[in-house]
Amino acid sequence: MIWLGLAAVAALLALPAVLGPYALTIVINILFFAYLGQAWNIVGGYAGQLSAGHAAFVGVGGYATAVLAAETGLTPWIGMVIGAVLAAALGGVIGYLGFRFGLRGFYFVLLTVAFAEVCRIVVNNWERVGGAVGLYITFTGDPRQMSFQDDRAWYYFALALLLLATAIVWTLERRRFGIYLTAIREDETACEALGVDTLRYKLLAMMLSSFLTGLAGAFYAYRYSSLQPNAIFGVPLSVEIILRPIVGGAGTLLGPIVGSFILTPLGELSRAWFGQGGWHGAHLIVYGILLVAVVLFVPQGAVPWATERLRRRGRGNAPEGARTRQGRA
Amino acid sequence: MSLTAVGLSLIFGVMRVVNFAHGDMMVWGMYLAWLLATRLGIDPYLGFVVCAAALFVLGAAVQRGLVDRIVDAPHEMQILLMLGVALILENAALLAFGPEPIRVRSPLAAATWYVGPLYVDVARLLTFAVAVALTAALYVFLFRTDLGRSIRAAADNPYGALVIGTDVRRVYAVAFGVGAACVGAAGALTAPILPFSPALGLSVSIASFNIVIIGGMGSLLGAFIGGLLVSVAESLGAVFLKPSLKELVSFSLLILILLFRPAGLFGKRAP
Repeated sequence: MIWLGLAAVAALLALPAVLGPYALTIVINILFFAYLGQAWNIVGGYAGQLSAGHAAFVGVGGYATAVLAAETGLTPWIGMVIGAVLAAALGGVIGYLGFRFGLRGFYFVLLTVAFAEVCRIVVNNWERVGGAVGLYITFTGDPRQMSFQDDRAWYYFALALLLLATAIVWTLERRRFGIYLTAIREDETACEALGVDTLRYKLLAMMLSSFLTGLAGAFYAYRYSSLQPNAIFGVPLSVEIILRPIVGGAGTLLGPIVGSFILTPLGELSRAWFGQGGWHGAHLIVYGILLVAVVLFVPQGAVPWATERLRRRGRGNAPEGARTRQGRA
Repeated sequence: MSLTAVGLSLIFGVMRVVNFAHGDMMVWGMYLAWLLATRLGIDPYLGFVVCAAALFVLGAAVQRGLVDRIVDAPHEMQILLMLGVALILENAALLAFGPEPIRVRSPLAAATWYVGPLYVDVARLLTFAVAVALTAALYVFLFRTDLGRSIRAAADNPYGALVIGTDVRRVYAVAFGVGAACVGAAGALTAPILPFSPALGLSVSIASFNIVIIGGMGSLLGAFIGGLLVSVAESLGAVFLKPSLKELVSFSLLILILLFRPAGLFGKRAP
């Protein structure tokens, strides 16, 4: 299993050598959204706290980095970490309020959406940081300013982020912390009865997740050279972040990555395909149909479904244990 | 707006299903009203009946075909399912009608009545009056008819309702349909007042969740009063702060209510 993982990493490291510019752009997006999905996966997948406001953390991270660079000349590489710390602080506030007041399920979803929307409206009206027009980042081509001439640099940047997040989640799975999170998702009341400090672990998961999502903010801002409050804090981005781990399998190490390898190219290709005919929005219909299909037919996601299939074929009959996670997101 | 929330409240109250596609259903109601007005020359104030009927069919179909299959699954799965439906509906509207905001012309919308020193916008008054009438009719339907009673019974205790011989699946489909019909009517009625585009759906969905939570889940009266309350709070916010900050008021209100009174102002049950 480890060898297979190393082989995959080696293949990913060598990949830019054989890709054309268009394919490279798509793969960068695949890796970036896999990273965002992996960050969300910690709180949304493992801990089972469905946050639908993760765009807020992307926004806070991106804005903090860009504003610090513009006002103080601080390099985005340091600003990115400061932005992530701020995002984690926001995650801490949202998580503390939500978990302390015992909001579960739909109520937690709504709380996260409400906070993201509040951020969006505040930034929209805050002229100092560009207001509704947003911020534009001038292209310098200077790596110290997080600006690259070559798309391959962005590729390795996205890959590094994804490997970082995946390594963190891999470690989590093997630690008590990760096991607590899964236990909280499966039965929170039982966890509390056993003396697990559920508030603390959920809060830590939320802060870790929002920290990593905040790092992505700087990538987003500098890769696209602009920050628009309605795009970066908006609900559609939050939905994009959630879709990939759900399709791939929330609460699994490979879920967000597989989900991104399925969804991102599908989205890009259908966007290019239908966009030529002036059919904008068609790729989102594809996402919608896929989401409905996943919920109805493979609610556990692609990765658990595939592993169960393989196991069945190996043993010739269905093991009972493999079904326990079915139906949970 | 209140009527939208009433429809949502009905769907949520009866089935515990979070309808994320609510706003997009309303947008479809608006586009239907627009089609009726431009192609057939039917005024939206009459056309809303057709829109409500069409949305009833759509709502019942979504319930029968999709939600029914996972009614016992965890809440999260339903949220995701409806999110998928919302994506499909919103972007289908985008494909069919394009992104530019449009508006339905009704001869009534231009008219104004002068009542002494006050002047009243006839279109808004009519929209408000029909919304109140429809809410009242819905109330009568739920509390005075057999079908309405079985909807409330299924909401209260689906198993019990099943035992005494209620066709719970049919009742669910009707309830979802009626909820969707409410938004369809609401869409058609607001179409002459408000310019609309497919992107409106999302903000309507969020705004109506806002209202339903503030008013209290599953309470029709609460949803109606919540709608008025949110509108007043937003208008006051627009007067005392900047107009662009008015949504901030309702979202702050939502966060406070979620934290301190999650059952809403008029809700009876705690979540």
